[in-house]
Amino acid sequence: MAAEKVVTITDSTGVHARPATVLVNKAGSFSSDVNVEYNGKSVNLKSIMGVMSLGIPKDAEIKIIAEGSDEQEAIDAIYEVIKKEGLGE
Amino acid sequence: MTTIKGIAASNGVAIAKAYKLEAPDLSFEEKVVDDVEAEVKRLNDALDISKKELEIIKENARKTLGDEHAEIFSAHLLVLGDPELINPIEEKIKTDKVNAESALNETATMFVNMFKSMDNEYMRERAADIQDVTKRVMAHLLNVSFPDPALIDEEVVVIAEDLTPSDTAQLNKQFVKGFTTNIGGRTSHSAIMARSLEIPAVVGTKTITNDAKENDVVIVDGIDGQVIINPTDDVIKQYEQKQADFEKQKEIWAQLKDEPTVSSEGSHVELVANIGTPEDVTGVINNGGEGVGLYRTEFLYMGKSELPTEEEQFEAYKSVLEQMGDKPVVVRTLDIGGDKELSYLDLPKEMNPFLGFRAIRLCLERDDIFRVQLRALLRASTYGNLKIMFPMIATLNEFREAKAILLEEKDNLQKEGIEVSDDIEVGIMVEIPSTAVIARQFAKEVDFFSIGTNDLIQYTMAADRMNERVSYLYQPYHPAILNLVNNVIEAAHAEGKWAGMCGEMAGDSIAIPILLGLGLDEFSMSATSILPARTQIKDLSKEELASYKDQLLSMNTADEVESFIREKTNQ
Repeated sequence: MAAEKVVTITDSTGVHARPATVLVNKAGSFSSDVNVEYNGKSVNLKSIMGVMSLGIPKDAEIKIIAEGSDEQEAIDAIYEVIKKEGLGE
Repeated sequence: MTTIKGIAASNGVAIAKAYKLEAPDLSFEEKVVDDVEAEVKRLNDALDISKKELEIIKENARKTLGDEHAEIFSAHLLVLGDPELINPIEEKIKTDKVNAESALNETATMFVNMFKSMDNEYMRERAADIQDVTKRVMAHLLNVSFPDPALIDEEVVVIAEDLTPSDTAQLNKQFVKGFTTNIGGRTSHSAIMARSLEIPAVVGTKTITNDAKENDVVIVDGIDGQVIINPTDDVIKQYEQKQADFEKQKEIWAQLKDEPTVSSEGSHVELVANIGTPEDVTGVINNGGEGVGLYRTEFLYMGKSELPTEEEQFEAYKSVLEQMGDKPVVVRTLDIGGDKELSYLDLPKEMNPFLGFRAIRLCLERDDIFRVQLRALLRASTYGNLKIMFPMIATLNEFREAKAILLEEKDNLQKEGIEVSDDIEVGIMVEIPSTAVIARQFAKEVDFFSIGTNDLIQYTMAADRMNERVSYLYQPYHPAILNLVNNVIEAAHAEGKWAGMCGEMAGDSIAIPILLGLGLDEFSMSATSILPARTQIKDLSKEELASYKDQLLSMNTADEVESFIREKTNQ
């Protein structure tokens, strides 16, 4: 079983460098595999280049999927960061 | 010993060994390796050193440029630790048995191409980030150093093709005694920064990066625009004397630090400074500036990944105003576009950026950006003596529209219960000939003029000031320029307003007597030019210079003007 969360990006410039950095750092602190899906592509959320390569714009709907021993904690913490950074909801 | 001529960009003399701030040769041979484990270790060692260096660079950027700018290095650090980048490189070493250099190059190139092909300017710029960080790793694999201003820890003269704003901002004055570049002129960004940092500089040498080798002894003579490589002992002595003389001259200038600027008969003019950041204010005060005549707000917007917030801007404006006390601070609203781009705005490339969508033109269309800046300024207005200036005004309607938005935001703030100063003067920069020609009509509506000569000259002469082949047309003393300047000053005075100048011309020793005679009220220049200018003006008679006005305005060429002034002022 994996934990998932769908988020809509509200930041006017999309997922740009600064919040991407924070997200990747946060994802990296969990042992679960964490991926982000956008536009039919799925990348490792622990990879800055993966995240940036998605080029996620404003109003995009993204899905975050975590799988592993701390999957729920990972999803909750990442969602927390997204809200705190004003990135999405 | 070799002597190279360049453009004197910042006063003073520096003698130190060369530190070349340029990308090293990163060419490598593709090799087959037997011991793949050792190769992977070599890769990891190079990654580790690179990370350590980036940590230092990031810390330095945080101190000199602020948190926002340092963030980019956090992203660089993440790239270096990115499993999506590192794993394929290691895989390649193991399965293809190639050396770390080829594995790194191949993998990085793949990512760079992927980012470059994206249809978004911002993402395309990320390709440069990946290139930057992989170059650093490559340098360490090849055992060559990859220079960075933040890594300098001994006395040097920095040598580079050109210096970017973030390079110059990170130069530590304790170690960087001077710098010299291949390209640039007196008004290029690196020159302006050198003067604000008070580091001797010679720019536009064309060949210095070829002529000087790492660790050569180099003299940078920012007074006469010369660079000497590997000087003889006699020449070093001679320049040590020149350095000492310059220090003595500075002490003489410093005696006028707290004196008002007056001509020989006691007429007062205001000598104020151009600044780019709140940190520059210290230099203004140390050099006896009577105010800030041009606060370029672009730096708040540049080198970042998003627009600065209202709060961020408010803090910067407030800091400048508080530091200057009751002295005037003229803030120029956002002048972006032209040669100054903001990648996150994703503006289309233009054929003629200097004639294109920039400054007030951009602000009036993107009033969402403009309003944030105006609100920040208005909120800061109660902390000092704020004057607001709009750049690149070509028509009266532009001024009216910009002012209407300003008043609307003032009204909004007051409705929110926020205090705003009631005596903020609102003026314009005069840099477009159309505005200089009908200055009389403008003078009825604006509170002041500030003549931006760098642009006014290039627009009047139709010569791009960055283009070396037409740079001979950049003629500040051309009678056409003098007539436009005179027109603006007369127009201002006819309506009881003041006229200033914030281009390089205002600090020029030939232009100063002309401008004094034409009746210019305010001269805004690099902070380090203020005391020399005050010293010069003390011995000039404004009345005498004013009597030459008609003669000067009807001269035929810039050369005629220059030799006339040289003769009259013994220069």
